[in-house]
Amino acid sequence: MAFTGHFEEDEATVANDPISQFNISKLLQLDVGGYDISFTNSSLFMVATVAASAAFLIFTTSGRGLIPSRLQSISEMLYEFVAGLLRDSAGSEGMKFFPIVFSLFTFILVANLFGMFPYFFTITSHIVVTAALAFGVIGMVIVYGFYKNGLGFLKLFVPSGVPGVLIPVVVLIEVISFLSRPISLSVRLFANVLAGHITLKVFAGFVVSLSGLGLGGVIGAILPLAFAVALTGLEFLVAFLQAYVFAILTCMYINDAIHPSH
Amino acid sequence: MASTNTEVGIEAGAKAPFPPFQTETFASQLLWLALTFGLFYVLMAKVALPRISSILEVRSDRIAQDLDEANRLKDESDAAIAAYEQELAEAKSRAHAIAQEARDKSKAELDATRAGVEADLTTKITEAETRIAGIKKKAMSEVGSIAEDTASSIVSELFGGKVTKAEIASAVSGAKG
Repeated sequence: MAFTGHFEEDEATVANDPISQFNISKLLQLDVGGYDISFTNSSLFMVATVAASAAFLIFTTSGRGLIPSRLQSISEMLYEFVAGLLRDSAGSEGMKFFPIVFSLFTFILVANLFGMFPYFFTITSHIVVTAALAFGVIGMVIVYGFYKNGLGFLKLFVPSGVPGVLIPVVVLIEVISFLSRPISLSVRLFANVLAGHITLKVFAGFVVSLSGLGLGGVIGAILPLAFAVALTGLEFLVAFLQAYVFAILTCMYINDAIHPSH
Repeated sequence: MASTNTEVGIEAGAKAPFPPFQTETFASQLLWLALTFGLFYVLMAKVALPRISSILEVRSDRIAQDLDEANRLKDESDAAIAAYEQELAEAKSRAHAIAQEARDKSKAELDATRAGVEADLTTKITEAETRIAGIKKKAMSEVGSIAEDTASSIVSELFGGKVTKAEIASAVSGAKG
């Protein structure tokens, strides 16, 4: 029950510990019905992510400019980007899922980008968060699939044009692949963010440790420093790419729910 | 050193394994994720997205309207150009007709004048020819009397005597015959 953040305990070891950045520390202790629902650094960054992105989207569009300002253009571009993504994958029928896909993409993107700030906590580096989002998506797809197609949704597991003998095997494969979707969806995001942040921290740690060893160390630290800089760029790409991948897979799963016979 | 590390490791492992796998943090994360993401979804679905959608719609309507207007104006100017060209073609053909008419008229006048002049000339020529023929005939007939006069004056010059008119006339007509 006690998940006290222990980065306060020992600043020196924390500097080189690539894992400590994922620690969750309580900012406000809350217990309801035996559950620890404290407001933590993770909660803080969830609030910050939502506040920043909602405020940006709402305030930049409040002018409703016929000719958009620069910031309004960004909001419009984001809107059209996600709308295009969903329309291309799921057709115009899928547009009723636009708010959820847009929210997912924006939330994950902004959370990932917030994670790029030094000392900031990255929400998406926790499997429970990405899994909650992924299972939410799959749950929505299953519910809507059965609601719209009834048992016809099960045609998803029986691709057309497969010889009768192969059907049991193919169905088995399709079911397994369907069941692995929420896992791959959540683990992909989680692992990418986690691994990226650990790698970045390891290289940054090398720079700190080596430069503590005198002149030779400082010269030796140039290489890991260059790596850390390059990795930072790569991590920005990953931050965007993983949000994009999550959104586009969501769109494709939504397409499955709308058109199960493929 | 190693034992200390192991000790710390065990202690840390018991207290906090790998942060993402600390199940005791899950309830808090899930609850706050649900709250914040739920709020975000509502804000997006109810405020931000309808607003952006209406902005884009208004803009595309406006663009469509402007395009329609531009098309209308283009049609108008096309019609004006067509009317102008038709007018021009008509004027050209009219001018052509007028020129042709004028040409025809002047040609006809010219022809008439020429025909009159020619007819006049022909009559004059005929008259002249008749007169010439008359004069010639008269001259030819007078040739005898001239010869007689000439002969009588020559004879009178040569011989100093008088020759009668009748003699000379018979001589001239003898020479002539």
